[in-house]
Amino acid sequence: MKTKIFKQHIIYRKVNLVFGILGLTVLVLLTVFTSCSTDETQTVARFTELAMADEFDVEGAPNPAIWGYNIGDGSDTPAGSGWGNGELQYYTNRTENVKVENGVLIISARKESFNGSSYTSARLLTKGKLEQTYGRFEARMRLPYGQGIWPAFWLLGDDSNGTEVWPQIGEIDIMEYVGDEPTRMFGTVHGPLYSGGESISKAYELNNDRFDTGFHIFGIEWGPDYINYYVDDVLYNQITPDDVPGEWVFNRGPFYIIINLAVGGSLPGPPNDETVFPQNLLVDYVRVYKRSNN
Amino acid sequence: MKNIKFIYLKITLLFGLIFTMTVSCERDLSEDVEFGKFGTSGEVFIDGFSGGLSYDPFGDSKLDAFSVDSEVKYSGSASMRFDVPSFGDPLGAYAGATFRDASGRNLTGYDALTFWVKASQAAILNEVGFGNDFEGNKYLTTLNNVPLTTYWQKIIIPIPYASKLHQEKGMFWYAEGPENGFGYTFWIDDLKFEKLGTIGQPKPAIVNGEDLIQDTYTGVNLKVTGLTQTFNLGSGLNQTVSAAPSYFDFASSDPSLASVNEFGDIEIINDGAPVITASLAGVEAAGSLTVNSLGDFQLAPVPTRAPDNVTSIFSDSYTNSPVDFFNGFWEPYQTTLSADFQVEGNNILNYTNFNFVGNQFSNPTIDASQKSNVHIDMFIPSEVPSNMDFLITIVDFGIDQAQGGGDDTREQIFFDKSIWVSNTWITLEFPITLSSRNSIGQIIYENINFSSLGSFYLDNIYFYSE
Repeated sequence: MKTKIFKQHIIYRKVNLVFGILGLTVLVLLTVFTSCSTDETQTVARFTELAMADEFDVEGAPNPAIWGYNIGDGSDTPAGSGWGNGELQYYTNRTENVKVENGVLIISARKESFNGSSYTSARLLTKGKLEQTYGRFEARMRLPYGQGIWPAFWLLGDDSNGTEVWPQIGEIDIMEYVGDEPTRMFGTVHGPLYSGGESISKAYELNNDRFDTGFHIFGIEWGPDYINYYVDDVLYNQITPDDVPGEWVFNRGPFYIIINLAVGGSLPGPPNDETVFPQNLLVDYVRVYKRSNN
Repeated sequence: MKNIKFIYLKITLLFGLIFTMTVSCERDLSEDVEFGKFGTSGEVFIDGFSGGLSYDPFGDSKLDAFSVDSEVKYSGSASMRFDVPSFGDPLGAYAGATFRDASGRNLTGYDALTFWVKASQAAILNEVGFGNDFEGNKYLTTLNNVPLTTYWQKIIIPIPYASKLHQEKGMFWYAEGPENGFGYTFWIDDLKFEKLGTIGQPKPAIVNGEDLIQDTYTGVNLKVTGLTQTFNLGSGLNQTVSAAPSYFDFASSDPSLASVNEFGDIEIINDGAPVITASLAGVEAAGSLTVNSLGDFQLAPVPTRAPDNVTSIFSDSYTNSPVDFFNGFWEPYQTTLSADFQVEGNNILNYTNFNFVGNQFSNPTIDASQKSNVHIDMFIPSEVPSNMDFLITIVDFGIDQAQGGGDDTREQIFFDKSIWVSNTWITLEFPITLSSRNSIGQIIYENINFSSLGSFYLDNIYFYSE
């Protein structure tokens, strides 16, 4: 998510090869878990001790004890203008771009001239507010759609007050999705020697459904030497140190949560005439569980 | 390729009556009501016809265009084969048919009609869809201009609003003409209604999504046009289909000024500028029609000539001769559009965005050998342009009874702008000077010398003898 994700779709093929061996394991798990009902009960995950839950039940601005913001177009950050990906939006914390309403967090990408950008949106993060090593991170979300729309729910390792830099700090993308592929999302890890276009990623596709017409649960369960990825009741991937070509940087931490809705950028490309604005990313809840009962 | 017209006029008229009755006695359903139970099979043609299906080619099409092909197929043992005729084929000018299930099926559980298609050459399939039942086509749904390839590809035609299809009889229909004058073949296989689940984000539209303001008059009947439904497919592509009015719920901002019924028929009741809008399945449709009523419409003078002395092309006072079209939409140079309307039962031709336009009557042509003059009533609803220069051409098609062929003759009448007055019917009467006048097939109206006349109405177009 963070920087230079070029050639991402080529990577998927590579990754599928990488996961050829794992495929068997995943298949077995799938067989076990697809028989579960599709309600909010997650049996694909085992950690049940809540560390934090934001159910977005209080109208107005998101709870400031949990959420902060990245503001701007990225030009005042190390990633640079476009957040390192050539993204087109200017992030704000205005109500127009982020609010809690009717029990959901709404992040709205709008087409409007704002401080030199053509689009506005929002990027929320829990840095310095909620950071954790290991555990289960999940969100129930309804995704936006359309060419050039790029929402993400992801974790970034703390930079130890700037003494460490990406990709050494580690990045776990729980959910990424481009709006012109409404039935498909993907989960990814970035670390040293496997960042950006070389990241380790796998896509998950819905067969008779879309991600933008109803809510779906996106989560990971993360422990020493493994990260399990799931959507709804389907565990679709596991990543371990054997799968990454560089150092495994996920047995350390802590990591914090980022939820953002990007417009344009190197991965989805720019919006086109048919992209409808505003586009809304709806988040019913974000829940974080400790690594326990394991 | 283009300009295919279907002969639905009689059907439309018949259903006009039925619709009127239905609307006037509309009641809510009681709680006890149960819809009839109809078959729910989605299969139309897999390796043969599904039960109860009949094949009904359109009356003026190549009747034998369709066959079942066991050589070429996408899967299974057979496909549907369609042989599109070349230009001039005596068996028919185009291929077109509807496939009906006489008892009707309940399609409410599906979200699309899908099929696999390939063609003997790259081509554009004019129209394909469902809901054509020869009984009013209440839920007609059409995908227009579908690019065909020489390899198999899957086509998805979203159902605009599946909850409406409790008893649909029109399972599939198509119409296709020659490609650059030449015939070709295409095959369709695995034709069925499906619940894909990957279709979403409905974006209905009326008036093609435009906010149109149209000048009109009290008593005028208009129709909401440009009705479409767009869905985002699982591929991420938007698919737009033409959708019949009955999928929509129409509304008037002021029903005391203009009413609109479930078929999108608007009646102008009083002066004002009410706005007609619509929704489909609770989703507000893009586009609107503001009907700007200018007050009472002045009808053209009622003709007084004896019917025996008249051969009429367009008049509510006489029995009209068969007409091919009142607007041929001649490509590529014609810009003229038609927005014909009706006032108190009186039909008016309304040409807009005018440069030139023609009326054609070639089946049969008109024998005016016993007629001496032409009569046309014309009305310019806006200011008469200062550079107005107007030409009317009468074309005799000659022995071949068809346009072209080297035997056509023409009479051209130039009109001075001084004869016109804005907002007033002007009667044009002029003698027929053609020496050959027993095969008259066209009347053409033209702006010449950069004349900027934009719109006008016509009524009472006829040949007469004195």
